[in-house]
Amino acid sequence: MRVRIKRKGPVFAPLGDSALVVTLGTDADRDVLSRARSTAMALEKILRPAVRDAVPAYGTVAVFYDPARVAEGPGSPFERMCRAIEPHCLRAPVVASRRLRRLSAAGRKVEIPVCYGGEMGPDLEAVAACAGLSPEAVVALYGAAEYVVQAIGFSPGFPYLAGLPKKLHTPRKDTPRENVAAGSVGIGGAQAGVYPIATPGGWNLIGRTPLRLFRAEDTPPSLLQTGDRVQFRAITKEEFAAWK
Amino acid sequence: MEITVARAGMMTTVQDAGRSGCRASGVPLSGPMDPFAFRVANMLAGNPEDLAGLEITLSGPELEFSQDVRIAVCGAEFSGLPSWRPLFARAGERVRFGECRKGCRAYLAVAGGISVPRVMGSRSTYLRGGLGGFRGRALRDGDLLEAGSDTAAPVPAGSVGSAPRKFEGPAPRKFEGSFFVSPFLMPAYCASPIVRVVRGAQAGEFFEALGSGEFRVTAHSDRMGLRLSGGAIGRHSGGELASSAVAPGTIQVPPDGQPIVLMADAQSIGGYPQAAHAITVDLPILAQLRPGDALRFREVPLDEAQHEILKRERELAVLREGVRQRLFS
Repeated sequence: MRVRIKRKGPVFAPLGDSALVVTLGTDADRDVLSRARSTAMALEKILRPAVRDAVPAYGTVAVFYDPARVAEGPGSPFERMCRAIEPHCLRAPVVASRRLRRLSAAGRKVEIPVCYGGEMGPDLEAVAACAGLSPEAVVALYGAAEYVVQAIGFSPGFPYLAGLPKKLHTPRKDTPRENVAAGSVGIGGAQAGVYPIATPGGWNLIGRTPLRLFRAEDTPPSLLQTGDRVQFRAITKEEFAAWK
Repeated sequence: MEITVARAGMMTTVQDAGRSGCRASGVPLSGPMDPFAFRVANMLAGNPEDLAGLEITLSGPELEFSQDVRIAVCGAEFSGLPSWRPLFARAGERVRFGECRKGCRAYLAVAGGISVPRVMGSRSTYLRGGLGGFRGRALRDGDLLEAGSDTAAPVPAGSVGSAPRKFEGPAPRKFEGSFFVSPFLMPAYCASPIVRVVRGAQAGEFFEALGSGEFRVTAHSDRMGLRLSGGAIGRHSGGELASSAVAPGTIQVPPDGQPIVLMADAQSIGGYPQAAHAITVDLPILAQLRPGDALRFREVPLDEAQHEILKRERELAVLREGVRQRLFS
């Protein structure tokens, strides 16, 4: 079931009985990630307490709501929630406005230092073999690209990054590792990512960052947010060890 | 007041109503697996419904309270411990959870709540992330919990009934002089339930098989999700799917065709096809299933699922008022 309230407006789809997904555009739309991020922030602020959580990802916003607290009116709680959300969805023409830039500080660029290969990047050789390149060429290619955070998920602070050069696309491992070290930098299919905390994981690990991507005591606790841009910079083992 | 954890039980964690507003940072909601039992336990202890309590899994703990205090245990039933009614724990006495006779998870509420530091606005334990609750982990033997300092409704002298009732004794039936929650007000807890679902985004490929098969809860289930086994319900054919949002209740189908029902510690984004979503009012029923229990699924329209939520909230409001009158007047 997909619902559209206004012609050319955002599309709403239920995600169970207490959540819905608003699609603002496709990945190909310029600025769709920062619009998703700003919309999510606005919904959390304006529509509390009916809205408990709004999560931007891939040009969509997942809205978690309490059907018993949606404003009264005709129709089901889902229909009423869609009508309440619709006016707050940022559409393409708003992108140029200062309001958006103020709201989101989107397009923030974050540099992530990475120590590649060896025990920190046990799959670097395999990725190189898969691409038909030398490990050095993989590192150079990986570091030259600019990435965009499309979503935070999987684990606290884990960024799904778009922008991986096509040559480096590598299928996930058949058997996931039981324990991937915190800070591991990897490749999963066409995406790049960083494991902020130690978890199981099936991505190819090519290096590790000393940077902490998740701190529960910070606001927000995730260093990266949807819409941020990321660049990786190679560091030596010594620099990694000395990192504070 | 302190609670000494003489024995921790298999997996006992501190949970409050959950960590909302954090999923954009990849942090799950957490909170109780069975929100109904959790809320009612708080009501019966004279608390607001969102105060932190203990979630107890299959084998129960042994606890010692440093002061007389009203408590309540709801959800799974343990021998030697009456559930779904207010109880009175005496200072220095040991509260023992016996054998788990029915269900999988019980909630212990203490008047005034459990006081662990809030992490990202919540006292809930998120085990995989190692955050919240008591030092980010499940309780261990010998832990000492602070409790009772939260803004609870005052515990009136004499509390339940006229005189404080001795908590432990040869006959737990002593407590039946006070009141209890009628099973008619509870979700239809049962060891082989039919769980109601609404369609998911990729329902087409899997929905029929999901609705016609019988599944069993496997031992690999945890607070993140119930992993089921049964006839494989089909394989996703169209290559890797773009990741998208998931919610507690979402039923994902990984490549092996064995569905996973996501629960309280569900991640915010998932990459597997979504066959369906268990409806919110049936999540407590799922939370009480043990490894080996069987279940089936039945489709309901979204309108009906949401109507059930409103109905449940009205019933809880009636219960809340009834409990308040009996405890405080």
